[in-house]
Amino acid sequence: MGAVRRAFAPWSNPDAKPLIRFDNVTKRFGDAVAVDHLSLNIFEGEFFCLLGPSGCGKTTLMRMLAGFETPSEGTITLGDQSLAGVPPYRRPVNMMFQSCALFPHMSVEKNIAFGLKQDGMPKDQIAERVGEMLRLVQLEKLARRYPSQLSGGQRQRVALARALAKKPKVLLLDEPLGALDKKLREETQFELMDIQHELGMTFVVVTHDQEEAMTMADRIAVMDHGRIVQVATPGEIYEQPKTRFIAEFVGDVNILEGHVQGQENGLWRVQTGYAQAPLTIDDPDEVLHSGQAVAIAVRPEKMVIQRDPPRTGALNVLTGEVWDIGYLGDWTVYRVKLATGEILRVTRANASRFVENPIDWDEQVYVTFAPDAAVILAE
Amino acid sequence: MNRRLSLFNVTSLVIGFAFLYLPILLLVIYSFNASRLVTVWGGFSTQWYGALFRNQALMEAAWVTLRIALLSATLATVLGTLAALALTRYGRFPGRTLFTGMVYAPMVMPEVITGLSLLLFFVAIDLDRGFWTITLAHTTLTMCFVTVVVQSRLMTFDRSLEEAAMDLGAPPLRTFFSVTLPLIAPSIVAGFLLAFTLSMDDLVIASFNAGPGATTLPIKIYSQVRLGLSPEVNAASTILIGIVTLGVISATLLSKRSVLRKAH
Amino acid sequence: MTERPFARRLAAGLVPAVPYLWLGVFFLVPFLIVLKISLSDPAVAQPPYKPVFDWSDIAGFFSGLDLENFELLTQDDLYFRATLSSVRIAAISTALLLLVGFPIAYGMARAPERYRSLLVALVILPFWTSFLIRIYAWVAILKPEGLLTQALTGLGLISEPLDILNTETAVFIGIVYAYLPFMVLPLYATLEKMDDTLLEAALDLGSPPWRSFWTITVPLAMPGIIAGSLLCFIPAVGEFVIPDLLGGSETLMIGRQLWSEFFSNRDWPLASAVAILLLIILVVPIVIYRDVEARRLEARP
Repeated sequence: MGAVRRAFAPWSNPDAKPLIRFDNVTKRFGDAVAVDHLSLNIFEGEFFCLLGPSGCGKTTLMRMLAGFETPSEGTITLGDQSLAGVPPYRRPVNMMFQSCALFPHMSVEKNIAFGLKQDGMPKDQIAERVGEMLRLVQLEKLARRYPSQLSGGQRQRVALARALAKKPKVLLLDEPLGALDKKLREETQFELMDIQHELGMTFVVVTHDQEEAMTMADRIAVMDHGRIVQVATPGEIYEQPKTRFIAEFVGDVNILEGHVQGQENGLWRVQTGYAQAPLTIDDPDEVLHSGQAVAIAVRPEKMVIQRDPPRTGALNVLTGEVWDIGYLGDWTVYRVKLATGEILRVTRANASRFVENPIDWDEQVYVTFAPDAAVILAE
Repeated sequence: MNRRLSLFNVTSLVIGFAFLYLPILLLVIYSFNASRLVTVWGGFSTQWYGALFRNQALMEAAWVTLRIALLSATLATVLGTLAALALTRYGRFPGRTLFTGMVYAPMVMPEVITGLSLLLFFVAIDLDRGFWTITLAHTTLTMCFVTVVVQSRLMTFDRSLEEAAMDLGAPPLRTFFSVTLPLIAPSIVAGFLLAFTLSMDDLVIASFNAGPGATTLPIKIYSQVRLGLSPEVNAASTILIGIVTLGVISATLLSKRSVLRKAH
Repeated sequence: MTERPFARRLAAGLVPAVPYLWLGVFFLVPFLIVLKISLSDPAVAQPPYKPVFDWSDIAGFFSGLDLENFELLTQDDLYFRATLSSVRIAAISTALLLLVGFPIAYGMARAPERYRSLLVALVILPFWTSFLIRIYAWVAILKPEGLLTQALTGLGLISEPLDILNTETAVFIGIVYAYLPFMVLPLYATLEKMDDTLLEAALDLGSPPWRSFWTITVPLAMPGIIAGSLLCFIPAVGEFVIPDLLGGSETLMIGRQLWSEFFSNRDWPLASAVAILLLIILVVPIVIYRDVEARRLEARP
């Protein structure tokens, strides 16, 4: 399972009906605007990530969906039902809390059974369902333990099982892996994906960790200052960021500022202060006019660093001096200082174990990138 | 975290605790004194305990005190818990400043003022002084202590537990009874015990509000003490100290056991 | 929706309303009555004050009030001396409590973690036993032929019996003894939270231990010092039992004065005036204490 991702893209089907709809939703706390006229569609079966820095409004958005906050304006719909005035305990939505929020005075099985009991499910069915959930998260042996006797990872699993037990239409996960260490986090990410896949449930995850969002999500909504900046698949977010904020927030990026000179053979020519010749960028979707100020975004791994001058006529050549070298094992990071003082970040995969005469500190180097390696961001 | 304990620290702890416990210890020892003179040792005897139990007036006062303490502590626990909930869960409601003022003031206000003001109130509404006036007075004083004890627990309460319960389908009232209440229960019990002890112990407020029908144990002891030391009072004190010590120890053990049960 | 929003709102509103109402009736109203009676004339009949409540005659009610009792308080310098003496005794006792309480709290805070909760319990335990009994215990110790004299003569330290009972010294001892937990616990709470590395940093930066104590420990313990001092000072000013049992007839304190005006002289209006006087003295410390407490409680997450 998991190796082949389904061709799943209801958002590109104009006839598909979204499961969750935020329509022009605003949330104010006093004078502060946490969510600002936001509209968003989430489809059934999606693994959806709300990504953004702290204070961007992603948690407020999720809490409105769960029913802990009411929108100041706008409506939220789930299926065909408007959620206005529906209290949290009547919503077919369950949440896995950041702190886990396990009831400390109840054992693991009592915690998982709590929601089912509220529905008045018969005892034997509750027991069956609790057993099923414990198997799903592989905690059968710990059923009678109390939360204080569990490790951080185990608590996370109980919180997940408890939220899943009621088979909600939507599962909300608030920074689900925040408390785990790096290794466990990665494992749990894949487990969450498997569980979501298996149950076919809609997951909405809030996170500030872009790696987590990239790994798990079908689509990511990047938020900033209460607004959604871009909603797209992880690949699109990384390779075709819509704004400079996204380019900088998701992954590392080099930003080169300049002005549009014109278009030649479908390629944009941008004059910058970093090189004599204008830079050539292949970004046909952008609609630009001459003289417009733009930023060119190039990911570090899409730049090439070399000691020998490139052949004459090569495009996008920058020259500089090696300022810093960071060896990370799988990658080496070069920080190259251009004549203008800007520092570029260039990475190179360490494909072989030994390199003869490697590039050293203070060396003069050439940095090049292909026209289609860069994205033009309108300033 | 292990800190170093200097000689000075150890000395101040030893002297400090000796200062706290020696007077009580002496009182207990001299309650078994055969001599009628409280400060002169005349051999071991339990005669004063016998005398104590034959002292009808004292026994009656003890019974009244116990009933007042139970009733007022129960009332104070309910009122104090409600007040603590109001202070932590209701944000800024109208008159909140006055409310917090009324909660904190009785705790530090000299008892003579509280006692006098309540007495004048009861006279004004023409309520006969006795069992009920003392009970009402004690409820008013001790509910403030319960409020503070429960409030400080609610302050550290993780609200996401309540949100989780609601998220899982429990309406507010059921959330309160199945999640909030069990978790703040230890502080409510502590508040009750505090209220009970304060009521059992109070002399000043009870003196103002006692009537011919009801005299409490502290009032009785106080009037005997004013006449001079009495070995009977030593015996009564020893019994009270014994009850309190046993109560505190068993409460500690009980809470330890429930902690252990959850930790293993 | 099967909700009954009105019933729910009513139930929710009862939570603050019930205790609010209770305190209003049994704390605020009695208080206003004290104020009113302090402005009334003494009468011979029981209850010994007039005018009695007559809600219909508001104008007559107010015209019957005057400051006569307060004039009496200013004319007789007994009350003035009692006030001064109460504040002085309470202030000296509070200073003594700090002096005695700080080393104990400091020792507790530095004790190994596993002993700390036991030490806290040991400080609280005497507080649970009767206040009256604890003061009574000191009568036997301090009286001229009492246990302290016996012990000290036995050790050959003194030859004459000590005459401490019925002096101010006995009152100081009594207040320090009875109020010690109120001083130690707030101090311990702040000292226990203190980060040890701060002291190490001070030492590392060249400040010797005694100076670090004054420049680091004491300022950081300030909230505890203020809370503990107020918690002891305020009730000590109005203390009745301790001066009555240990202080003898010499020790003048305002709480005792109130008691005797009320119980011995049966002059209720004058007793009320004394109560108001006592409250005026204490209103500033009480307000400060309330602010300190509220801030401490609300500062927590």
